[in-house]
Amino acid sequence: MKKAIGLTGDEAVAYAAKQCDVDVVAAYPITPQTIMVERFSDYVANGEVQTEFVCVESEHSAMSACVGASLTGARVFTATASQGLALMHEIMYIASSLRCPVVMGVANRALSAPINIHGDHSDMMGSRDCGWVQIYVENAQEAYDSVIQAFKIAEDPEVLLPVTVNLDGFIISHSMEGVEVLDENAVKKFLPRRRAELKIDPDKPITIGPLCLTDYYFEFKRQQEEVMKKVPDKIKKVGKEFANLTGRSYNVLHTYGIEDAEAAIVCLGSTAGTARVTAEKMRKEGKKVGVVKIRMYRPFPTEEFKNAVGHLKAITVLDRACSFGAPAGALCSDVKTACYESEHRPKVSNVIYGLGGRDITLTDLEKIFDHALRTAETGVVEEPVVFAGVRE
Amino acid sequence: MSKAKRKPGWKTLTMAAILTEPGSSMWYKTGDWRAFRPVVDIEKCTGCLLCWIYCPEPAIVQKDKKVRVDYDFCKGCGICAEECPVKAITMIEEGAK
Repeated sequence: MKKAIGLTGDEAVAYAAKQCDVDVVAAYPITPQTIMVERFSDYVANGEVQTEFVCVESEHSAMSACVGASLTGARVFTATASQGLALMHEIMYIASSLRCPVVMGVANRALSAPINIHGDHSDMMGSRDCGWVQIYVENAQEAYDSVIQAFKIAEDPEVLLPVTVNLDGFIISHSMEGVEVLDENAVKKFLPRRRAELKIDPDKPITIGPLCLTDYYFEFKRQQEEVMKKVPDKIKKVGKEFANLTGRSYNVLHTYGIEDAEAAIVCLGSTAGTARVTAEKMRKEGKKVGVVKIRMYRPFPTEEFKNAVGHLKAITVLDRACSFGAPAGALCSDVKTACYESEHRPKVSNVIYGLGGRDITLTDLEKIFDHALRTAETGVVEEPVVFAGVRE
Repeated sequence: MSKAKRKPGWKTLTMAAILTEPGSSMWYKTGDWRAFRPVVDIEKCTGCLLCWIYCPEPAIVQKDKKVRVDYDFCKGCGICAEECPVKAITMIEEGAK
């Protein structure tokens, strides 16, 4: 029987982590922490989970403890946001390089200064090259579903990479929605206990993280790139298995209305929902618009993306973070790189929006769609990068 | 390191540089990092082993209730000479006569 409960995005992540029977959670319990570990600590206090909850003194230590725990073969979860993620940055590279399948909930929020606690993607984009698989969700339901899938992807012996589940700060993290949750046993069956082949074991000593200088380091970086190539198929496979269980299917990217569209918006996270509602309305008015939601941002789904947008005349990429001084925002740069060698490629424009939690409305998106349709008609990108919703 | 002409590539190396055989630091001799070498005056040495405790390498070896230095691994940091309570260890520049 299907069971739906009211959960915020943060609570949905915590609930999923609880059902995933996590062995260790190491987290810094003060701001910029989120309700994710706050709720999880309730489960620990109430004896609802057997998890070892390590309250550390900083996010740097949180990620360090997660790495250590993961290397013992444990299932490890943590969460953070904003400055906390920035402080983890150094150890995030170590987690991925040592192939620790840690799952982390990230409530994407702005970075200082000025101080701001609201939603944008600056934090995760700052660590986008850290070697983690990065999934962006659209709502609390996807947050719940993606955490369960994330463990299965991360712990796959052919993957063994850490995964972030990114949810827009406040817009998803603090908004309550009806979330359809699985039965605990169904999750257990979907996600059996982790079985680590190589792990820290006093009876069988191994060396993890040795010095590799000019003669070996490069080879290990090349290995990391290779394993990233295996991730899209794993995500699709796990998404299908999850669909068999729940009826909710997941892929590396999701599209709406693009089959017959002339112009589309490409974006991450909650904005995809707003864009879809806008597109639905505009399509009823006869405007041929569509939406591409990138669910798996790293590795970037290059082939799937090219196949999805190849026939379009114009796309507008929405970036909720600024890559200062770059030719375009991070997502737009990836989109352009992915499309550049294609014979038929759409005109690409970039909109930077929503920094520091500034809202993006249906009206804003309608304007962006209209602009993209004009580009589709004229074949001319008037302004390659537009800052939308900022006062002059 | 390996004496093979061509070092292994990324396809054959173990995942994440994990070394499944323990004790590999024994293969990596660090003695040639040294600019100054500690020389023990066996007559003065009381065998208190403070140098053995402090040596970060560890390159101090016990012998007949006295100590000697394992020059294959001693990096010449000089902590042993600094800590020796009877000044039995002297740091001498490598190559000096």
